[in-house]
Amino acid sequence: MNDAVAKKLQAAFPEAIAEVIDFRGERTFVIDAGNLLPICQFLRDDPELRYNFVSDICADDMLPAYPRFALNYHLRSIPHNHVIRLRVPVADPEQGPPTLASLWPVATWLEMEVWDLMGIRFAGNNSLRRLFLPGDWVGHPLRKDYPLGYEEVQFSFNWEAIDARKPYAKD
Amino acid sequence: MTIPITAEDDTVQELTVEELRAKYGSGMTIESEENMLLSMGPQHPSTHGVLRLLVELDGETVVNLANDIGFLHTGVEKNMEAKTYTKALVMTDRLDYLAPMSNNMGYVLAVEKLLGVEAPPRAQVIRIILLEMARIGSHLVWLGTHALDLAAMSVFLYCFREREYILDVFEMVAGQRMMVSYFRPGGLWRDVPEDFVPAIRQFLDFFPAKIADYEALLKNNPIWLQRTKDIGAISGEDAISWGLTGASLRGSGVDWDIRKSHPYMGYETYDFEVPLETDGDVYARYHCRMREMWQSLRIIEQALARLKPGPINIDDRKIVPPPRAELGRSMEAVIHHFKLWTEGFSAPTGYVYQSIESPRGEFGCYLRGNGTPKPARVHFRTPSYVNLASLPVLAKGTFIADLVAIIGSIDIVLGEIDR
Repeated sequence: MNDAVAKKLQAAFPEAIAEVIDFRGERTFVIDAGNLLPICQFLRDDPELRYNFVSDICADDMLPAYPRFALNYHLRSIPHNHVIRLRVPVADPEQGPPTLASLWPVATWLEMEVWDLMGIRFAGNNSLRRLFLPGDWVGHPLRKDYPLGYEEVQFSFNWEAIDARKPYAKD
Repeated sequence: MTIPITAEDDTVQELTVEELRAKYGSGMTIESEENMLLSMGPQHPSTHGVLRLLVELDGETVVNLANDIGFLHTGVEKNMEAKTYTKALVMTDRLDYLAPMSNNMGYVLAVEKLLGVEAPPRAQVIRIILLEMARIGSHLVWLGTHALDLAAMSVFLYCFREREYILDVFEMVAGQRMMVSYFRPGGLWRDVPEDFVPAIRQFLDFFPAKIADYEALLKNNPIWLQRTKDIGAISGEDAISWGLTGASLRGSGVDWDIRKSHPYMGYETYDFEVPLETDGDVYARYHCRMREMWQSLRIIEQALARLKPGPINIDDRKIVPPPRAELGRSMEAVIHHFKLWTEGFSAPTGYVYQSIESPRGEFGCYLRGNGTPKPARVHFRTPSYVNLASLPVLAKGTFIADLVAIIGSIDIVLGEIDR
């Protein structure tokens, strides 16, 4: 199945696949954000592939590499019993890939988590809001430059007071 | 890292009802001004934890609904990045606190996949027994609280009585009732005590009669049938596109169980069935889980027959610490022991995704190693979180009393939703 899907994808999108990675029996296709939607549509609707289930959307911060972020889409074919991973590098988190809500309604919900904790915006997803964190939270904690602890937590009411005594360079 | 606050960010606490509706915009556009907006939870017994729902009601009918979560967020994924692979294990117990064994398994399997090792046969068999015990224990809490929500109080008391026995078994093997952390990368924390096998045998002897008791209380009970039949129905196709997994998916007739499709721990060698229902309503999900308990008993029985003496950890001193007895005799053992408990083992660069069938559905763990003893990224695909996404779809058009039945039937645990 790994090879069948690779062959089909190469045939349908000859330019789109930047890299194919095999690690521990898992196949990853590295693609760019512009091709995400047509590739997913193809993977979902092709009768021999039928990747009809999106298991997970998960963001990864690769700091200090460039592009800094990467999104992993774990797609599952229930009829053919197979999993693949699409990996989409994201250089600018404000200009993230398009939402997959038109293919799988659950994608909206999964993308909300990614935005809240990693701060990657999905084009066309209008529900991006604070989900786990309080509504007035600033920053995205899963980013590598977000400190884990030993740091005063800034809420909106004491943001400036704490900011004034923080030891980093101010502009 | 200065991020300026905008004026809108500052007024969250003082939102008016209209602004609240606008804020929950996508899921929450008010249909008519006559409708009532009700905040249900977060301290509400039938939301199974600290789930808050914003419900738009027309009389008693649910017109629209938005989930508000995050009251239990503890930053598990971020915290794990700062711990070694072994120490990060304890965080996984706290996700789905009703089935900590399953969470341990998902994470440990991902670590083992990243390292490229496999646990020895005895450890695998013990893991299977405990995983299925955890499944039964979790289903007992689900059944008890689900029935309690629908006013069948006695079922709750019976279920918790039997669950106590399962927790006692966990305490026997792991020293902890709930936060077990018993599975370790490469095997188990220690071997099971002598009393383990008799205790499981006793469980297999008395538990079938108990399931029969619960079924006698509910299966043909007219009140139960009326409260669950044709409520919150979803078709198999919709269930797939909404990402439902576990009994919630199988209740809609989709034959999908990760123990069958992507077997781990040797599940492919066990003889068991995947219960399927076709109606997709609350009753179908209830019936699926009840039948799953019988199948779990079958698996435990087969696993018990395969439990042979042997090592419970892999023989790789770079991953598993040496046995206590060796420390007095071997200098190398002391060095390995010291290195493992101070620095930990390093995993190669790369990323893996490992999913298992937890009592609630597909529990997936994405793990990226970067050659250091600490994971570079851990992400959990938790079944409760994804299953909750479809709640507005399931609940639309039902009575608010039925909403309680639907929440119970998708079996959520807020610990793993909020993480």
